[in-house]
Amino acid sequence: MSSAPLSIACAALLRRDLTLAWRRRGDIAMPVLYALIVTTLFPFALGPEDALLQRIAGGVVLVTVLLAMLLALDAMFRSDIEDGSLEQLVLAPQPLALMLGMKILAHWLATALPLILAAPLLAGMLHLPAPVMPVLLLALLLATPLLSLLGAVLVALTAGTRRSGMLLALMLLPLCVPVVIFAAGAVAAAQQGLPWLAPIAWLGAALALALVLAPLACAAALRIALDA
Amino acid sequence: MTAATATAPLLLEARALSFYRQDEPVFGPLDFRLHAGEVALVEGDNGSGKTTLLRVLAGLLHLDEGELRWRGSSWQRDSYSGDILFLGHHLGLKADLSTRENLAVAIGLYGQRAGGNIARVLAEIGLSGYEDEPVRRLSAGQKKRAALTRLLLLPATLWLLDEPYANLDRTGIELVNHLLEQHTARGGAALVTSHGAVSFLSGEPKRIRMHG
Amino acid sequence: MANWIPLWLHKLGSPPIFYRFAGVLRPWMLALAVLLGAVALYGGLVLAPPDYQQSDAYRIIFIHVPSAWMSLFIYGVMAVASFIALVWRIKLAEVVAMESAPIGAAFTFITLVTGSLWGKPMWGTWWTWDARLTSELVLLFLYLGVIGLYHSFEDRRQGARAAAFLAIIGIINVPIVHFSVNWWNTLHQGSTVRILGPSKMSGDMLWPLLTMMAATKFYYLASLFSRVRVDLLAMESGKDWVRQIAEREGRQ
Repeated sequence: MSSAPLSIACAALLRRDLTLAWRRRGDIAMPVLYALIVTTLFPFALGPEDALLQRIAGGVVLVTVLLAMLLALDAMFRSDIEDGSLEQLVLAPQPLALMLGMKILAHWLATALPLILAAPLLAGMLHLPAPVMPVLLLALLLATPLLSLLGAVLVALTAGTRRSGMLLALMLLPLCVPVVIFAAGAVAAAQQGLPWLAPIAWLGAALALALVLAPLACAAALRIALDA
Repeated sequence: MTAATATAPLLLEARALSFYRQDEPVFGPLDFRLHAGEVALVEGDNGSGKTTLLRVLAGLLHLDEGELRWRGSSWQRDSYSGDILFLGHHLGLKADLSTRENLAVAIGLYGQRAGGNIARVLAEIGLSGYEDEPVRRLSAGQKKRAALTRLLLLPATLWLLDEPYANLDRTGIELVNHLLEQHTARGGAALVTSHGAVSFLSGEPKRIRMHG
Repeated sequence: MANWIPLWLHKLGSPPIFYRFAGVLRPWMLALAVLLGAVALYGGLVLAPPDYQQSDAYRIIFIHVPSAWMSLFIYGVMAVASFIALVWRIKLAEVVAMESAPIGAAFTFITLVTGSLWGKPMWGTWWTWDARLTSELVLLFLYLGVIGLYHSFEDRRQGARAAAFLAIIGIINVPIVHFSVNWWNTLHQGSTVRILGPSKMSGDMLWPLLTMMAATKFYYLASLFSRVRVDLLAMESGKDWVRQIAEREGRQ
């Protein structure tokens, strides 16, 4: 009669969320498809001029990935709230923040990772120079988990409300402004042949901070949201 | 049952428990004590706060007024997590996972009771043959049974069961009573909400009356 | 509640006492706000000499700068009240935080509009991605997020707690946004004209500015008090003290 060890609990939760994501593979493809559509529209709107597309490629890919992630963010806790799994998770004899961290990790793996894998294709469509590609991927690798972590806190806050899609975007905007600035700044600097390490380092520092604080904030927010 | 409780250790004690929603009292003040080996039936009309009481006891809702003590010491949110098992209106089952997978996750989070075996327990609860069926394909009663299986698999002293008899047929109701009997015999305790009359196999349960 | 909080503060936190306290002070606050505002406008628009570079266009700073200052100040008040509301679950703090948000949003909006009006003669454009204006725009979104979250809950107190949490996240975010926007601005070499340059202001310009700052403070307090009073009546409508007030007002 003893409660489950932490590592087993983490693994069980991660496996559950990834299994669920895999059983609904169609939902995973949606954000990628959305990003593809948005990226396709840019040349139509701005003209197929190579120089112009090249100049905006990095920023467009970043913003598109962010919007695609926002699309999937709303669903992070929704089904868990509806079927009562979240209550069971909150009541489990495990640190809630860590459990939520696992959920955020699973969500990142299921939504952001496919987008990062698709990013070279999106950037290629807009003629991003090949040498800049690694910087873009690095920026995405740091920026997307940041967005997942920040987004999770906000989704937890709106967990007690009915519809939250637009509200979530409104709440996320101020938080993602610095993320977008530094991620796009790194790509732009690399494209101009300037040193790009500083903004990447800022992103890394922010990610390290968010990794520690966001799950705790998420747990606190969720307790507020469930307290009804 | 009443004779046994005189010497049994006190598990849960509530003094002047009250809960407000937007300054409207939902229930209370409520006083009760629960000893090891006791089942308490929470009775009251619709809207009298039975579910709210259970959610407060589970730690899902913030306690406004009154005092709660668990095993003699002041109650805190995490002080008895792992000691309790909550079964609410929402069963906490993932529709896309099979019964077996759902239970495996529950064991991963809550730990496994000694000797608990998923296949054997599912057979005991009347779900053999449905182990690998996605929960979405089960009937309402079968889903309830699948959720009840957690009671047999996970270690806990206090069960908080919100309407455990809902959606169950007669054999299902007997099954719940049987589970409760086994649990109290082992020194566990339970709070159960229910509308209808419940026939317990032995003794009269303690009653907590909510003022509607 | 912690016992180091002075008794009078504790008492002031109770809705009926604050209701009466705010009711007594509100007219005075409003009168002071109008009086000081009028004096500051006269000093700023009539007495102060025109700027040698910007001639009369600079006079909008007598509205713009106090508003900008209030937009940050009110966010600070909201965050502190939010913190108190979350830690000690004091109803009055929840109400103060949530009723500050629309006032702060209004000041932020005024800052943006006056900044843009000032930008037209100065930069030749209504909007420029200047670091300060951009930060102010982000601040407006922070306010709107708090207001939106508060109103999306059915349970007002729960909504207030969730929005209070968001307000605290926001206050951590404000300096980060400011820093990143500054960095972004230098990277892209945008227009770096400052509304208030490093040059010293003459006393003729300074005193109307400071008077206006005091006027906006009093206006905020007056507005906050009346909003909080209405909210307290609505939230405590079942309580005896509200019933007594309703009976008294009904008889008159």
